[in-house]
Amino acid sequence: MEMLFALCVGVLTTCGVFMILRSRTFPVVVGLTLLGYAVNLFLFSSGRLSINSAAIIGSTDAYGDPLPQALVLTAIVIGFAMTAFVVILAMRGRGDLGNDHVDGRIPDHSSLSDKERN
Amino acid sequence: MSHLVILPFLLPIFGGLLLLLPPIQNSLSRQRIFAIFTSLLLILVSITLLHTSYSQGTQLYMLGNWQPPFGIALVADPLAALLVLLTSILGFAAILFACSGDDETGMYYHTLILLLISGVNGAFLTGDLFNLFVCFEILLIASYALLVHGGGKHKTQASLHYVILNLVGSSIFLIALGILYGMLGTLNIADMANKLHLLSEDDQLLVKVAGLLLLVVFGLKSAMLPLHFWLPRTYASASAPIAAMFAIMTKVGIYSIFRVHTVIFGENAGELANIAQYWLWPIAILTLFAGAVGALASSNLRLLTANMILISVGTLLVGAAIATEQAAGAAFYYLLHTTFVSAAMFLIADLVSRQRGKAEDRFVQARQMKQRDLLAGLFFVAAVAMVGMPPLSGFIGKALLLQSADTGAAMGWSWSAILLAGLAAIIALSRAGTTLFWRVSSIHDEGETVPRAKLIAIILLLSCSPLMVIFAGPITAITTAAAAVLFDPALSVDALLPTLTHNPGGY
Repeated sequence: MEMLFALCVGVLTTCGVFMILRSRTFPVVVGLTLLGYAVNLFLFSSGRLSINSAAIIGSTDAYGDPLPQALVLTAIVIGFAMTAFVVILAMRGRGDLGNDHVDGRIPDHSSLSDKERN
Repeated sequence: MSHLVILPFLLPIFGGLLLLLPPIQNSLSRQRIFAIFTSLLLILVSITLLHTSYSQGTQLYMLGNWQPPFGIALVADPLAALLVLLTSILGFAAILFACSGDDETGMYYHTLILLLISGVNGAFLTGDLFNLFVCFEILLIASYALLVHGGGKHKTQASLHYVILNLVGSSIFLIALGILYGMLGTLNIADMANKLHLLSEDDQLLVKVAGLLLLVVFGLKSAMLPLHFWLPRTYASASAPIAAMFAIMTKVGIYSIFRVHTVIFGENAGELANIAQYWLWPIAILTLFAGAVGALASSNLRLLTANMILISVGTLLVGAAIATEQAAGAAFYYLLHTTFVSAAMFLIADLVSRQRGKAEDRFVQARQMKQRDLLAGLFFVAAVAMVGMPPLSGFIGKALLLQSADTGAAMGWSWSAILLAGLAAIIALSRAGTTLFWRVSSIHDEGETVPRAKLIAIILLLSCSPLMVIFAGPITAITTAAAAVLFDPALSVDALLPTLTHNPGGY
């Protein structure tokens, strides 16, 4: 289970970082969301991974750590609010600046092909 | 008053929320009066808090009355209380300045400023790393909204970079917190400092990674060298009172570096002692260099002020890199000074650009300002304070800081870097002043005169500089006490964990 979990976090982080480095706002927002998922999963695992362990003392022999769950919940709420804000901001940037590039202008590299420019 | 500690956090939040309710929300003048009233009350509360924490020692406030180290702790030591007072005064000036027009350009200005103040105060007061993250998010989301306040192309563009960078920063912060909690089993700063000794050698490496990730996050907030590119454009495009308020936000990053890398990863951390110092030295020097180059290359006054903030960040990082009690005390004095003065400079830049027509605050020949003598006088005082010339507070701050570099290598690096950056600042500011005030193309009597509220706000901020010289004795006593608490584990760690000192070995 640990291996699968670690792979999940790793793949999500990689995809997130890759998308954040794109030059248009939509992939960047998707990248931020992916990175947020990875971070939340990672934060969750800081209380150690275990199965069938409730976060209540006395009900089971092995009990889970409730604190990471509370932290993840907080992080999810904050991340959700921030994502909503950045989506609106990206749309406003599209309206104000006339294009959806993060820098606000279409890069002027005549050497690039159309595919690379995107 | 046992609930005094949480008041600087709660008061602006509730004030900001009340501003949204009908009787106040309906009219702008009622909003202004209420916001000014709230911020004045906040200044009183902060003064009381500073007095209490200085005379009676560190105040610990446990939310929900949990037994430390469990639960969320608020810690009001002299350092936190001093910075809360700084935020309150700055917030009052930003609200007062905006009352004569800037709050009409968009909605909810006063609510957002109060929420920003609340987030900053929370970040200063918290004794818990996750709570620090939450307060960072509160102040960040208020700052995102404030940055686009008033609207405009430049603001949207600068805001996109700022928001995306800070969201990535928040993710890194959470990863670091996850590692620290996984390894140490606690998020209480004092408890973490205690548990570092219990780590095995492999775990120490992980915690070191987390500690340096935290340095990256705080570096992003405080705009130290490789992470500073967002700052000049963001600060230059924000409207004046907002840019002035943002002057405190880089200081939140500096404060967090001092707090985390002195209390947790300080002298007593065993193998992990001073992990940040290795990086802080070159970063501080290079930040000073980048700020100096940026200041010389600036094409308008707001951009120049933003680059002066970079220089001040570099100077403060030198204080953090020297890592002695004396240097930290000097850095806190300089921090107070530089926040007041750079905020005042942003406000002056706004007045200048309003009286120069289309040239705004760019360094080009333009028509003469209507109230040139007044603005030139304000600019002169702010510039002298900013570059650190006697008799104003910048000189004392820098002198204290230079004095605290006692070893040969530290002295060589810090003296040459700080003094050269100061020279660049003098050149840049004198060039700015001569162009703005003396290179006049025509004399008109058009343009608005400076509203009284704006003038009062600027004079309030600027007068802090001579006041800091006149009362240098008591203020340095407080900053020294603040640094002493930070560097003494008995005060910064053991005093906050009563269960550990009464019952060593288990709880």
